[in-house]
Amino acid sequence: MPPIWVRRMAEPVVKVRDLMKYFPLRRGLKEIITMKPKRFVRAVDGISFDMHIGEVFCLVGESGCGKTTTGRLITRLLEPTGGHIYYKPSREVASQISEKCFVEDGYVDLAQKLPKHVDKLLRREIQIVFQDPFGSLDPRMKVYDILKEPLIVHRIGSSEEERREIIYRALSEVKLVPPEQFMNRYPHMLSGGQRQRVAFARAMILKPTVVVADEPVSMLDVSIRAEILQLMLDLQANRDLAYLFITHDLAVANYLCTRIAVMYLGKIVEMGPTDEVINNPQHPYTKALIAAVPEPDPRNRFKIREVPIKGEVPSAAAIPPGCRFHPRCPYAMDRCSKEEPPTLEVKPGHYVSCWLHVRK
Amino acid sequence: MALLEVKELRTYYYTLRGVVKAVDNVSFSLERGEVLGIAGESGCGKSTLAWALLGLVPPPGRIAGGRIVLDGIELTKLSEHDLRKKVRWKKVSMIFQGAMNALTPVFTIEDQLAEPLMIHKGMHKNEARERIAQILKAVGLDETIMKRYPHELSGGQKQRVIIAMALLLNPDLVIADEPTTALDVIVQAQIMNLFKEIKKKYNMGMIFITHDLSLIAEIADKVAIMYAGKIVEIGSSDQVFGNPRHPYTQGLLRSIPRIRSKEKITWIPGVPPDLVRPPPGCRFFPRCKYVKEQCRKEEPKLKEIEPGHFVACHLYG
Repeated sequence: MPPIWVRRMAEPVVKVRDLMKYFPLRRGLKEIITMKPKRFVRAVDGISFDMHIGEVFCLVGESGCGKTTTGRLITRLLEPTGGHIYYKPSREVASQISEKCFVEDGYVDLAQKLPKHVDKLLRREIQIVFQDPFGSLDPRMKVYDILKEPLIVHRIGSSEEERREIIYRALSEVKLVPPEQFMNRYPHMLSGGQRQRVAFARAMILKPTVVVADEPVSMLDVSIRAEILQLMLDLQANRDLAYLFITHDLAVANYLCTRIAVMYLGKIVEMGPTDEVINNPQHPYTKALIAAVPEPDPRNRFKIREVPIKGEVPSAAAIPPGCRFHPRCPYAMDRCSKEEPPTLEVKPGHYVSCWLHVRK
Repeated sequence: MALLEVKELRTYYYTLRGVVKAVDNVSFSLERGEVLGIAGESGCGKSTLAWALLGLVPPPGRIAGGRIVLDGIELTKLSEHDLRKKVRWKKVSMIFQGAMNALTPVFTIEDQLAEPLMIHKGMHKNEARERIAQILKAVGLDETIMKRYPHELSGGQKQRVIIAMALLLNPDLVIADEPTTALDVIVQAQIMNLFKEIKKKYNMGMIFITHDLSLIAEIADKVAIMYAGKIVEIGSSDQVFGNPRHPYTQGLLRSIPRIRSKEKITWIPGVPPDLVRPPPGCRFFPRCKYVKEQCRKEEPKLKEIEPGHFVACHLYG
């Protein structure tokens, strides 16, 4: 029986089901000799969600919760250990793929091995923008060459003039105008915000349907963050696009996203429309996260912020049994340390995994 | 008399490209028991200012002029030897950005915390142990942590150790430079709570430096906004947050996404100037939407527009 939310929503562009990624840990000599079982870091431990065209779906969580790994799995920079990533290719791409590759009505499973040419076609449609605009652009390539590379790899544009035309358009779309001025610059000649614009131009130049944005503003100065967030929305307004926005900052998520999924140690503990999750959080972890966000109100200096949960995130190599949040949870019950909580729909589209919401 | 008095401080870096005026004519004062928050974007000179207060500006930088008076002692006139023996740790201590990663991996926490006590107070290790236990408790850590090595601690615990180290010799002034940047939101909130407790318990001055205005609001009584090496606005935090007057401050406050509202956020177009060749006149004019002819030529001075609230802008004058 598939989880409940599978049945309700129609035609998502990406359907992630029970996605898992375990990284093996190196074993010590003693462990090898005594034939101890292999140990793993369970970075992503069975998560499911849907993404729709036109939405900004947000993964929020503290460092080490597996949000970046999820983004990399969807862009297939990493091979999943288990689970499925069903992706619905655009009509243009779908027509070039043989029947055999489809698993069900119009969906391809990206977690499965695909023929090489199909794989390449699909990679074109799912792009990523990284956190660090200083590290993600090759310092020895000019902006023009950075943007030309994906076109060459995917054989887009038959002549140099045509490619130049495409690059011009991409640059003006991310408001690096006039394009001639930016084309011949090296990344070090650009500011952080401009570099992130180049990164977005590079992702958008292949006309993707899914863009994973992994903390795209966290390395930027506060005064220009809004500029990049607005750029993301502008880019989406003109095309069929779904964003997977990865962030640790709930305030940014609240501003930009249509739906939020809160991750903790490799699992989604709460998911729902942004307003629901922010204004009516159900999971104790979400409540604590929201309570911890500082606000620019000087009255706060007189009061101690109530953060109900204690301690810090345990290592993903030693995930607590039962509900993985129970050692830090102020409401932990007997049951929490023994059984993993099921995912429940508390309101339409609002899911939470917590024993507090299970009726006895 | 104020605890700390900074007068027309200038700290320049003498590079091959030219002189970088990282801190240019900065003046402020701080009372005991008060927390001053200094906010600004990267490269505005806020960290350089902190280093200058300790006499620790890395070469090729140095203090080019101005005075720093702490508790009656003029720091800018002291020799390096005196600064080290009499001022650092004892009178002023600093929590550096990313300091939790600078703990030595080969010594236990106890050994590392004992060092300042042994060197500055001539304590024996056994005497030091008592004080260490006491200070660890004050920052919310268990005594057993003394025997541990840094790699056995979590990020939040390490940051607490660093804070304990800064409080160890009961300094008059603690400078915290981005003390929570590497931490997760929940740990950040816990550390901020710790700072609030410290503020209540110890009668010291504190300078809190960060790019995050929300964090400043959490702790500071007084706020200074820096832009391109200068303080453009300074006042009580109620004044600066409730009634921001400088266009830069207004822009910064409007660029922060809030969690409890969906208000549209805006940004400040352009980038901060190159500090080798800052624009003539007001350094903010290329990004300012209220720019007028005067701004391009004449540098605005800090003017008191209401008691205790100073703004450097030609709009008010």
